[in-house]
Amino acid sequence: MAQAKAKDVLFEPIFNNNPIALQILGICSALAITTNMQTTLTMCLAVLFVMTLSNFSVSLIRNHIPSNIRIIVQMTIITSLVIIVDQTLQAFAYDISRQLSVFVGLIITNCIIMGRAEAFAMSNSPVMSAIDGIGNAIGYSIVLIFVGVCRELFGSGSLMGINILTPVTEGGWYQTNGLMLLPPSAFFLIGFFIWFLRAWKPAQVEEEPYRIAPNSRTSEAF
Amino acid sequence: MANNRESIGNTLKVAFFLCLVCAVVVSTLAVGLRPAQHDNRTQFRQQNILQAAGLYERGMDVRSAFENIERRFVDIETGEYVERSEDYDQRRAARDPNESRAVSPDPAGIRRQAHVAEVFLARDEAGEINRIILPVHGYGLWSTMYGFLALEADANTIAGIGFFDHAETPGLGGEIDNPRWQENWVGKKLFDDDGNVAIEVIKGSVGPDVPDREHKIDGLSGATITANGVNHMVQFWVGERGFGPYLERMREQQYGDDSWAAVVAIEE
Repeated sequence: MAQAKAKDVLFEPIFNNNPIALQILGICSALAITTNMQTTLTMCLAVLFVMTLSNFSVSLIRNHIPSNIRIIVQMTIITSLVIIVDQTLQAFAYDISRQLSVFVGLIITNCIIMGRAEAFAMSNSPVMSAIDGIGNAIGYSIVLIFVGVCRELFGSGSLMGINILTPVTEGGWYQTNGLMLLPPSAFFLIGFFIWFLRAWKPAQVEEEPYRIAPNSRTSEAF
Repeated sequence: MANNRESIGNTLKVAFFLCLVCAVVVSTLAVGLRPAQHDNRTQFRQQNILQAAGLYERGMDVRSAFENIERRFVDIETGEYVERSEDYDQRRAARDPNESRAVSPDPAGIRRQAHVAEVFLARDEAGEINRIILPVHGYGLWSTMYGFLALEADANTIAGIGFFDHAETPGLGGEIDNPRWQENWVGKKLFDDDGNVAIEVIKGSVGPDVPDREHKIDGLSGATITANGVNHMVQFWVGERGFGPYLERMREQQYGDDSWAAVVAIEE
């Protein structure tokens, strides 16, 4: 494999090879923590931190990892990094850590991170792997921020906790959309995101798994 | 090289060193951050106590506001103050067979109850008690609900209620967190004229023609079991197996302000 260019490694995952929109990985956290921007951004930063360092560390010792325990080795590194994030949040951002609750821990099982460690970091240099981690984290963040902005704006009428569309309950005019605060709305939004992305870049549209054979009957009526 | 990498010896070596490095990093961090995390939890609890007592304002300095609040320990059976160390943990004590008893019958669904409970007393500028804040918990529909019940100095009028930990259905049972519902507790009386527990969460709302409306609280529509849970919880904790004896002493002014001051003086 030819050595990939750093710029491509960094920017490819953002729209061309987006981990959520194209690879359809890491959906569960995208549903759970995007009801407001604050938790969304915290989650993005946490994933950025974990993915960059896990890719870097895995790549650093890739020549020593025996292939029969490589998944466990990756898991251990990722888990340690996630614990670091969780403990730090509990110490310095207790409110946010309470809102994110179990989902910080669930970064461990976020398929994007495992996927990149296995697919990229195991066969590339540490610096490139770190860049790949940053790129994928940004790709993940873009989708999350899109979903988070829509959900908080239409669900609570605010952004980052600041009222933009004053809701009826606070004497304004905006009737908040309760559906936006429930997990299914994130499915719809991610669906729309994928739709727009594939309309813009038709190369991402997947082939049909099978095609209906053309009609062999030629007569008009039978 | 490749062969060597796949050998059992190398596998064990890599696993060992990886675990060692990760363990050292994680445990150093956990130990180093523990004081800050502990502070956060304490502050969160204090904030909830202030909220239940209606003393909390957004953006206030919780720590300094809490300086006017005193933490005391009460023997549940006699209602007398007892000594406990600062780090006494009521939840842990409730699990220790030497420090707790099984509750039976158990309307609040708490199974075991510590012999000693904490109470918080808020004082005004003149040093008079103006709030008695009791920790309460009980089982709702899905979860044990932990909260605080705040009373006026007469140990009868409710000053507020608040929950800091529960897992009831959002939008239905979760409405116990709704300030508008919590508001209808304020000013209600726990006891009737004979000193019996009379507070009750009813089904539906308390209209103007409901008898004894000073003891009745609106139910939560769509969350009957949660509302019943809150009902049983409050009745249990202010009743004779809860803080009843203590509240009775409070009502009869057995801790008159002078004797109170004496108790405080001895402790300090």
